[in-house]
Amino acid sequence: MGDLLEVRDLSLNFGGITALQDVSVSVAEGETLAVIGPNGSGKTSLFNCVTGIYRPTAGGVAFRSESVLGRTPDAITRLGIARTFQNLRLFHNMSVLDNLMVGRHLHFRKNFLTALLRARGEEIRHRRRCEEIIEFLNLEPVRKSRVADCPYGVQKRVELGRALATEPRLLLLDEPVSGLTQEEKDESAYWIHEIRGRFGITVLLVEHDLRVASRLADRMVALDHGVKIAEGTPAEVQRHPEVIKAYLGE
Amino acid sequence: MDLVESYAQDLRFARKSFTRALLGLVLLAVVAFPWVAPDYMVFIATLVALYSIGVMGQNILIGYTGQISFGQAGFLAIGAFAFGHLRIWGAPFLLALVGAGTVAALAGILVGFPSLRLKGPYLAIATLGFGVAVYQIFVNWEVLSGGRSGLAIAKLKPMLGLSPVRYEYYVYVLLLAGFTLATYNLVSSYVGRAFVAIRDADIAAEVNGVNLTRYKLLSFAISSFYTGVHGALYAQVLGHIEPQIFNILESITLFVAVIIGGVASIEGSILGALFVILVPKVFSNFREMVPVVYGVTILLVLIFEPLGLFGRWLKTRLYFQLWPFR
Ligand SMILES: Nc1ncnc2c1ncn2[C@@H]1O[C@H](COP(=O)(O)OP(=O)(O)O)[C@@H](O)[C@H]1O
Ligand SMILES: [Mg+2]
Repeated sequence: MGDLLEVRDLSLNFGGITALQDVSVSVAEGETLAVIGPNGSGKTSLFNCVTGIYRPTAGGVAFRSESVLGRTPDAITRLGIARTFQNLRLFHNMSVLDNLMVGRHLHFRKNFLTALLRARGEEIRHRRRCEEIIEFLNLEPVRKSRVADCPYGVQKRVELGRALATEPRLLLLDEPVSGLTQEEKDESAYWIHEIRGRFGITVLLVEHDLRVASRLADRMVALDHGVKIAEGTPAEVQRHPEVIKAYLGE
Repeated sequence: MDLVESYAQDLRFARKSFTRALLGLVLLAVVAFPWVAPDYMVFIATLVALYSIGVMGQNILIGYTGQISFGQAGFLAIGAFAFGHLRIWGAPFLLALVGAGTVAALAGILVGFPSLRLKGPYLAIATLGFGVAVYQIFVNWEVLSGGRSGLAIAKLKPMLGLSPVRYEYYVYVLLLAGFTLATYNLVSSYVGRAFVAIRDADIAAEVNGVNLTRYKLLSFAISSFYTGVHGALYAQVLGHIEPQIFNILESITLFVAVIIGGVASIEGSILGALFVILVPKVFSNFREMVPVVYGVTILLVLIFEPLGLFGRWLKTRLYFQLWPFR
């Protein structure tokens, strides 16, 4: 109890397909938990249930002891959960900076009249927060570039920055290093580590790359075919016979 | 080339003298126009000004929010008739204008509801249905439309000793300037970013705290407000309205203007309005050719210049800015 995020007996079906079955996961404040598992094991579906994109068939999700089920994604974000997507979902025609500014949306003091009359106070206040994130993620040279024109590695960082801009307490990262070069992977691992140290954000991370996952995570949960097959320290989970079987079977 | 490296530098570069000089020239031309051009051209310019407002509204919806509406004629009619009745009941021009926009905005919110579920062609058909329904209602409900004789609207009383045509021109251009400024501010505010976010990636917008229901409906409301005002201003210049004016062709015209002028561009909206007003005038002897011209132009735009007329202009400008180093 008292965990930041509690997922209890979560099940999700699509017609005949069972994406998740009785999955329970809890994330304590301040820790980094990695969810691993072969492709199609239900990792992304778990994130989608937590962020309100999918509605689970059964089970519960509570954030700070409050149920998030039935809330819209934006309401869940307002509670303090942010995420990135496995296949990037960026605002392609906006600049890097504007993508981050959308992340600030929920913190804006909203007044339609000031929007029409160009009251810049709020803009400048939030722009300052975005600049901090831009500096942290080394995005300065591209801040005004259209996101669609940026290389993949930069786009991944923009998405991370956008999630940080919402000032979450819990950050869900869906395969944050997939598709990156080895060098970029190392950099990203450093940033993810720093996010926890510098901003005090709890991280729940889905990662296919076991090396990166075990380097970042305090604890690990393994899924296979929508079922939780192991939980424990990274070393324990990776030694677990079911996990080895699932990864070999892939 | 964008070599700006820091925030402070960026702010310093924000003042673009070229744009300013150009804006000054445009303003001068707009003010001087009715004194050098014949009355019928001033009248056409007045039409362009009022159409620009409607096209901007349509662009907020299509270009910025990525929602489609083929029911704009419905909002035009609602705005025009609301304005007509308000004027007949004695409301002053500006008040009747705001009233017309507000009634249209409320209708826009209603029409926006399908957009929460439907996308692309399905939404297009739903909104098309709305336009047709409004048309039928006005045609068949004489209390609203004034029956066979329509609604007559009193002309504006010119002030400052101006001729009626010039006076109307200045009033409309001033209104357009106001709407243009408000639109600029809107699209660069948190509201405009939320709209574009919905257009580019709706799920990501939601996950970043943008309430889809609220902002889609808001976009419909704002866009319909503009269209309602367009309808009202149109009613005012015509002096007499009947439901047949607001047929489906008007919806298509506004759509064409957005695509040809430039999707998600405010300047483009004005260019698009200019296009859809001028083409029927130029082809006035071959009216049946107008849809053909629209169709061919849209094809050409989509193939060669997806950013519309405004995109063409941007490229031309870039060409001249880089001119000696080209
Ligand atoms: N929207 C959907 N419709 C139908 N099936 C889905 C949908 N989303 C996920 N699934 C199915 O759920 C299972 C788990 O997918 P996913 O959560 O994406 O796995 P992972 O992220 O671990 O690779 C897969 O069998 C996938 O086909
Ligand atoms: Mg996945």
